[in-house]
Amino acid sequence: MSKWIEVVELNNIPVLGSRLIKTRDTDIAVFRGSDDQVYAIRDTCPHKGGPLSQGIMHGSTVTCPLHNWKIDLASGNALAPDHGCSNVFAVKVEGGKVFLQLP
Amino acid sequence: MQKENLVLIGNGMAGVRTLEELLKLAPDHYHITVFGEEPYGNYNRIMLSPVLASEKTIEQIMLNGEQWYIDNGITLHKGKKVEQINRARREVIATDGTVAHYDRLIIATGSVPFMLPLPGADKQGVIGFRDIKDVDTMLATASQYTNAVVIGGGLLGLEAANGLMKQGMNVTVVHLLDTLMERQLDKPAAAMLQKSLAERGMNFLMEHSTAEILGQERVTAVRFKNGTEIPADLVVMAVGIKPNTELGKSAGLYCERGIVVSDTMQTITDPKIYAIGECVQHRGIAYGLVAPLFEQAKVAANHLAKHGIARYVGTVTSTKLKVTGIELFSAGDFTGNDQTEDIVFKDAASGTYKKIVLQDNQVKGAVLYGDTVDGSWYFQLMKDGTDVSAFRDTLLFGQHHLGDSGHNPDTRVASLPDNAEICGCNGVCKGDIVKAITEKKLFTLDEVRAHTKASASCGSCTGLVESLLAHTVGGDYSATPKTKPLCKCTDYTHDDIRHGIIQHSLKTMPAVREHFEWKTPDGCPSCRNALNYYLLCAYPTEYVDDAQSRYINERAHGNIQKDGSYSVVPRMFGGMCTSDQLRAIADVADKYEVPTMKVTGGQRIDMFGIKKEQLPAMWKDLSAAGFVSGHAYGKAMRTVKTCVGSEWCRFGTQDSTGLGVKLEELTWGSWMPHKFKLAVSGCPRNCAEATIKDIGVVCVDSGYELHIGGNGGIKVRVTDLLCKVATEEEVLEYTGAFCQFYREDAHYLERTAPWIERVGLEKVKTAILSDAANRKALYERFLISQQPAQIDPWKARADGAEAAEFTPIMIEA
Repeated sequence: MSKWIEVVELNNIPVLGSRLIKTRDTDIAVFRGSDDQVYAIRDTCPHKGGPLSQGIMHGSTVTCPLHNWKIDLASGNALAPDHGCSNVFAVKVEGGKVFLQLP
Repeated sequence: MQKENLVLIGNGMAGVRTLEELLKLAPDHYHITVFGEEPYGNYNRIMLSPVLASEKTIEQIMLNGEQWYIDNGITLHKGKKVEQINRARREVIATDGTVAHYDRLIIATGSVPFMLPLPGADKQGVIGFRDIKDVDTMLATASQYTNAVVIGGGLLGLEAANGLMKQGMNVTVVHLLDTLMERQLDKPAAAMLQKSLAERGMNFLMEHSTAEILGQERVTAVRFKNGTEIPADLVVMAVGIKPNTELGKSAGLYCERGIVVSDTMQTITDPKIYAIGECVQHRGIAYGLVAPLFEQAKVAANHLAKHGIARYVGTVTSTKLKVTGIELFSAGDFTGNDQTEDIVFKDAASGTYKKIVLQDNQVKGAVLYGDTVDGSWYFQLMKDGTDVSAFRDTLLFGQHHLGDSGHNPDTRVASLPDNAEICGCNGVCKGDIVKAITEKKLFTLDEVRAHTKASASCGSCTGLVESLLAHTVGGDYSATPKTKPLCKCTDYTHDDIRHGIIQHSLKTMPAVREHFEWKTPDGCPSCRNALNYYLLCAYPTEYVDDAQSRYINERAHGNIQKDGSYSVVPRMFGGMCTSDQLRAIADVADKYEVPTMKVTGGQRIDMFGIKKEQLPAMWKDLSAAGFVSGHAYGKAMRTVKTCVGSEWCRFGTQDSTGLGVKLEELTWGSWMPHKFKLAVSGCPRNCAEATIKDIGVVCVDSGYELHIGGNGGIKVRVTDLLCKVATEEEVLEYTGAFCQFYREDAHYLERTAPWIERVGLEKVKTAILSDAANRKALYERFLISQQPAQIDPWKARADGAEAAEFTPIMIEA
């Protein structure tokens, strides 16, 4: 089982905004909802690869900045009428710090 | 419950519509049996003219095919004529011996063409214009013969003549009077109609009375009372129709001109028997148009369904001619009398004639020729008895009166109120259609017809319905903004919210969302951006911008491109530049290895392919060289395009580049409802293309023409002339005032072109031209809003503002 990695302080993510986490393998967008719920999703829209981290967040959904696909941040699934999915990552907040679990 | 037996005699439009209405109200009340004399299902009789003109096929005008009868469990006896009603036994008996028992009976036998009792009228080739058989006869004749004579210059006669002409026949219309369609048109309109039909090749013999039809077995010529003769291979009598009361009379029902019915559409003789449509006489009137029949159908269905609350009280009718390319509308009393006043517009050159008859400031009648878009509006005013004194002076110019831009049906249909009747035949108003389109997600004209019946009868409103469909489905600015909520998060409109923000001093997004009962906690990408802008516009010095409610382009102050990289456009005021500036831009491009550079349509330099994390450093270098952001990414003032002007150009009348620089210095940095562009041309050659910009200035010898509301984008729109001013100072003041009026009035994401078409040029002119104090106040507010806006966002971010936005977090994993 892979371990949890501390990536950023919660307060360094804007409310209803995101931070971009770059690993060697992939880019991950970490979003913070208005209720401080945190989501982590691969920074690639299933449609044409748009950077989801640059989109506008609303509820637990982000709208891709390139063609307005709406992606559910909890499941990674595109909302109807679109179809597609982007990986989501396990994420938790402890002591004001955000931890990611990478595979 | 035991089902009763309902029998309908007459498989035409009125009768079957009654069944349709009845099935909606009480689908299981009756066993229904229908007798139709014609060997077809139910078809749209008023579309026979387009069939004759080869614009439609018979299949296209079928309303209910045989499957419809099967689906609804209706027994259809087609091609069977009912010859007897036995009221004592409650039976109808057809000529072939078929008997049907009824508990309730509907007679809808329609009308028959009135055939003049002329000598020779029984010869072959002499017909009326009533059913598919007549159309078949006409089509067959047209393929063999040359000369057609249509007796009667009314609606039906002209439609028949037009169709025959389309089939290649040489057509002469014979009319007793000196005016065509005298029951629908006054003399000037009739003269214009006759002229355009004559130009198409139709011949007319006005004030001619037919004496005799000549020929052996088949007609060969028509002789008139004045002794002249013309050759004829086909004679169509279209001098009127008479209610078909034959069966009603034989059944002992009281008839005058038609079968006399009460307000519930029951025959006054026998309440078990209903009569409906053209065979009927109601309050002394026998109708020959489709709209009244459909109203009657609703009433009869209501009674047959035993709701018993509907009454028919008569119909005010209007007429349109179904001849492609001829626009003609008339309604009510268009001749007038000593108590009435006429308002008349006539332009023979453009073929337009409009006459409105008024009495006590109410519309009593109207005739429109050439331009009938406002017909339904006048008809509505007439039926509502609206007092028109407030807009009497512009009444003739229609709902969007002259001086308003967008003089086309699209924008006019958008501005109609929801209760405006679009389809006169079926009594369908705009609100019903828009509601059906949005709720049932309709996309095609056929779907709208199927769900609302609009445009499903005579079809003359098809253009309006299509415009409505385009507007509503398009879902953009024009989709009836008065009733459309800002987004799915709220029921309130853009205007409601803009006014509420000011009226209730709502200064934050949560306050607005709470006040207007938002259904979502955070809003959505549509309303978040809009509210952020509205608050910024309302409270420019107080409101704290919310970066997370901005689209990424505005948040990152660059244009996001397809690969997620950004492009950077430094501002070059008025398009002017120096060699030093170009060198600086070239140095920056080298340093950051910019893969692509391009000169934009707005005369600025665009650098593509920049990674987001590079942006702050690049901006720092650009601002060190004296550049500020070009706002090429924002719903903001972008560029002022200029031509060379009087400094170098042989033709330039004023210093257009200098004025362009001043305008850009005035307006740069201002947030707008949408992207916003200006241009200044030094002379009327208009090299800066100022007439397709949001604001265009065209310099002329005596000063400056100010143009507004242009668009060079998807839907090109040429500007409207706002006014002419004499000095540069005035250009700046009027420009600032216009910018501010647009900023405060338009909906977010509404460009100036659709905004002006929506609100009307007059409103803009009033705000800026007629009211100098208001103009100065607007200008003043614009200047105030510019103080906090004219801070270079690039420099702020190069200096560290919102650093987290531009700094990814690197982790080892």
